[in-house]
Amino acid sequence: MQQSGCRVVRSCLLLRQGYRPKRKRCAKWHLTNNNSVSKKNHMLPKHLRRLEAESIEIMREVVAGFKNPVMLYSIGKDSSVMLHVAIKAFYPAKLPFPLLHVDTTWKFREMITFRDETAKRLGVELIVHVNKEGLERGINPIDSGSALHTRVMKTDALKQALDLYQFDAAFGGARRDEEKSRAKERIFSFRSAGHVWDPRNQRPELWNLFNTQLLQGETMRVFAMSNWTELDIWEYIMLEKIPVVPLYFAKQRPVVRRSGATIMVDDKRLRLQSNEMPEMRMIRFRTLGCYPLSGAIDSDATTIEDIVAEMHTATVSERQGRLIDTDEAASMEKKKWEGYF
Amino acid sequence: MPSKATIDRVQAGKDQLQFITCGSVDDGKSTLIGRLLHDSKVIYEDQLAALARDSAKHGTTGNDVDFALLVDGLEAEREQGITIDVAYRFFTTLRRSFMVADTPGHEQYTRNMATGASNAQLAIILIDARKGVLVQTKRHSFICSLLGIRHVVLAVNKIDLVKYNKERFDRIVGDYMAFAAGLGFTSVVPIPISARYGDNVINQSDKTKWYQGPCLLDYLESIDIQSDVARQVFRFPVQWVNRPNLDFRGYAGSVASGSISAGDEIVVAASGRTTRVKRIVAQDGNLPRADAGDAVTITLEDEIDIGRGDLLARPNERPEVTDQFAAHLIWMDNDPLVAGRNYILRIGTRTGVAGSITAIKHRIDVNTREHLAARKLSLNEIGFCNVATALPVAFDPYEVNRKTGSFIVIDRFTNRTVGAGMIAFPLRRATNTATAF
Repeated sequence: MQQSGCRVVRSCLLLRQGYRPKRKRCAKWHLTNNNSVSKKNHMLPKHLRRLEAESIEIMREVVAGFKNPVMLYSIGKDSSVMLHVAIKAFYPAKLPFPLLHVDTTWKFREMITFRDETAKRLGVELIVHVNKEGLERGINPIDSGSALHTRVMKTDALKQALDLYQFDAAFGGARRDEEKSRAKERIFSFRSAGHVWDPRNQRPELWNLFNTQLLQGETMRVFAMSNWTELDIWEYIMLEKIPVVPLYFAKQRPVVRRSGATIMVDDKRLRLQSNEMPEMRMIRFRTLGCYPLSGAIDSDATTIEDIVAEMHTATVSERQGRLIDTDEAASMEKKKWEGYF
Repeated sequence: MPSKATIDRVQAGKDQLQFITCGSVDDGKSTLIGRLLHDSKVIYEDQLAALARDSAKHGTTGNDVDFALLVDGLEAEREQGITIDVAYRFFTTLRRSFMVADTPGHEQYTRNMATGASNAQLAIILIDARKGVLVQTKRHSFICSLLGIRHVVLAVNKIDLVKYNKERFDRIVGDYMAFAAGLGFTSVVPIPISARYGDNVINQSDKTKWYQGPCLLDYLESIDIQSDVARQVFRFPVQWVNRPNLDFRGYAGSVASGSISAGDEIVVAASGRTTRVKRIVAQDGNLPRADAGDAVTITLEDEIDIGRGDLLARPNERPEVTDQFAAHLIWMDNDPLVAGRNYILRIGTRTGVAGSITAIKHRIDVNTREHLAARKLSLNEIGFCNVATALPVAFDPYEVNRKTGSFIVIDRFTNRTVGAGMIAFPLRRATNTATAF
């Protein structure tokens, strides 16, 4: 799937043919002769400028300190902000690393459309990886359960992709305010060979002096957005006018109630039970993932400004809509041990 | 809500305060942070429901909700009822956004406390009102002072358990002030609180009518942390050379302190070469100036040899450049520091510097601040050492500049971060560089 301005590599297809795909760096450097003086950045309030600058510093550190970095791109709002900040960080050069999307094949259709449009619009290299073996075994979120589906199609798939391309550092958009075990995560999160995360064996992280040294086989996960909160993300999207997946905005959509959550009927694979009748409701999503695992919220927020206003009065956390976190107590911590992002 | 109002409210903006909480295990740190998060309404309903479930399972507060469980994230901690690593928490009010480092009180985790303190502008030091100033209190205060924190809130907690007694509070404050006199704090503000019941945390308590000062959150919202780095001299560690093609060569980095404008003269600290800033490049156009904390890309008038690790300054405000200096060193690894052994140092953006600790002048007892003779430094010990590097490096004393005066020590074989250093002064000027002016 070749498009002008970006390369989309579908590694699942290439995997089956049994060879390592070669990546070519985008050679088209983009320059400006614009000598005009900008006022725009000074419109950002102090705390957002500070967060942006911190993320830029982390991203540059990775490009300076690692051989083959990649940016995990999940298509969500945090990824949108991370990508936006990354383009600023390396301007006027092009993004010096590719994006990697680990596709479980169960994302909302609008997410995939948005992903491909974003890669094309920004002219960035996008790698899409699917765990082919999991797909062949028929692993899916409905029959296999969210825990197995997540492990095979997300965690294992991610490890496959990192090994396949031999990435030594991978950016993730996770934030410390999302979840308890994330709150203890380092910005540079060390993984021993085999992608193992050991919270008791993390490197102390003082000042902005990150230790980027690795031995053979070791890798680093880098959380460039660690210190942003959900509200910061939306405020930044609003002020910087960053495009996001339309599913974040309220609209009449077909939904059913399942396991206490509002699930959107995105395609036929949801297999409606006899007692499930899709109804049209005004809903939106605070987080996006595999559609059968993403709970919608009732909302009238149709603009970014509405969302920010709604955030100011929200009474439940964004992860409440995520069915994968409630599998068992401390489930995020367990997933992280296994190599989940 | 009209969208214009939302945009205005966001743009009015707020600044950010990073602080750490320190105290010994039972002083109620986690409870205090849980309380701040809860009362400033950043805890959502589903999290509260989970908290109620967890409290029934692991809680130590009977039928009440145990706020500590909001913060004690990892499973092992919940089981042991202690905090074993640094956790970062966020909450925001209309006036400020806050980032809290919750750091452990156990002696063996001094390294985590230093980690949390390294980026903090303020420390909340908790004291159990029943116990008063303890050895741990002194240790935490000393580490905060060493790491450059200048503002302290002395939170005398569990004031409910001493029946809100004023004399008890006054005695503790007196003891602490006498001890802290030599630690270089700019401000120490004592507040009587009960983290468990919320007295003087978010709201003024009616049980401590004798206390006229601010409640904790009011104080955190209003303290003037007018960042010193803005008033300091200009320092720019070059982080990455941006060279997309032959026509552009930009130096990317974050302004460590001070500010710089297009046209200003700069010097490369190590080589002594000077030139002028041509442009400060950003995606939205050029910036007229860059201030401390800004992550920017600058281009220069002349093509001079500059790479990652170089430190840019103004010609009349140069940093030290030398290959030998004295520094405080916090040891963070199970294998002790051995004087004379080679390590890898990172100073600013200068990475992979071969170096060795040539002498341990003395070890400092963190409890008494006594200087002791030492041949090695073990995990969590602090020493005053002479350091030698294979090449001259540019720096400022840590007391003057936290960003350009700090370094980390990395083991050459395991790559672990084994030490954290704060430079005190140069031991000799490098002879092979142009530092004179």
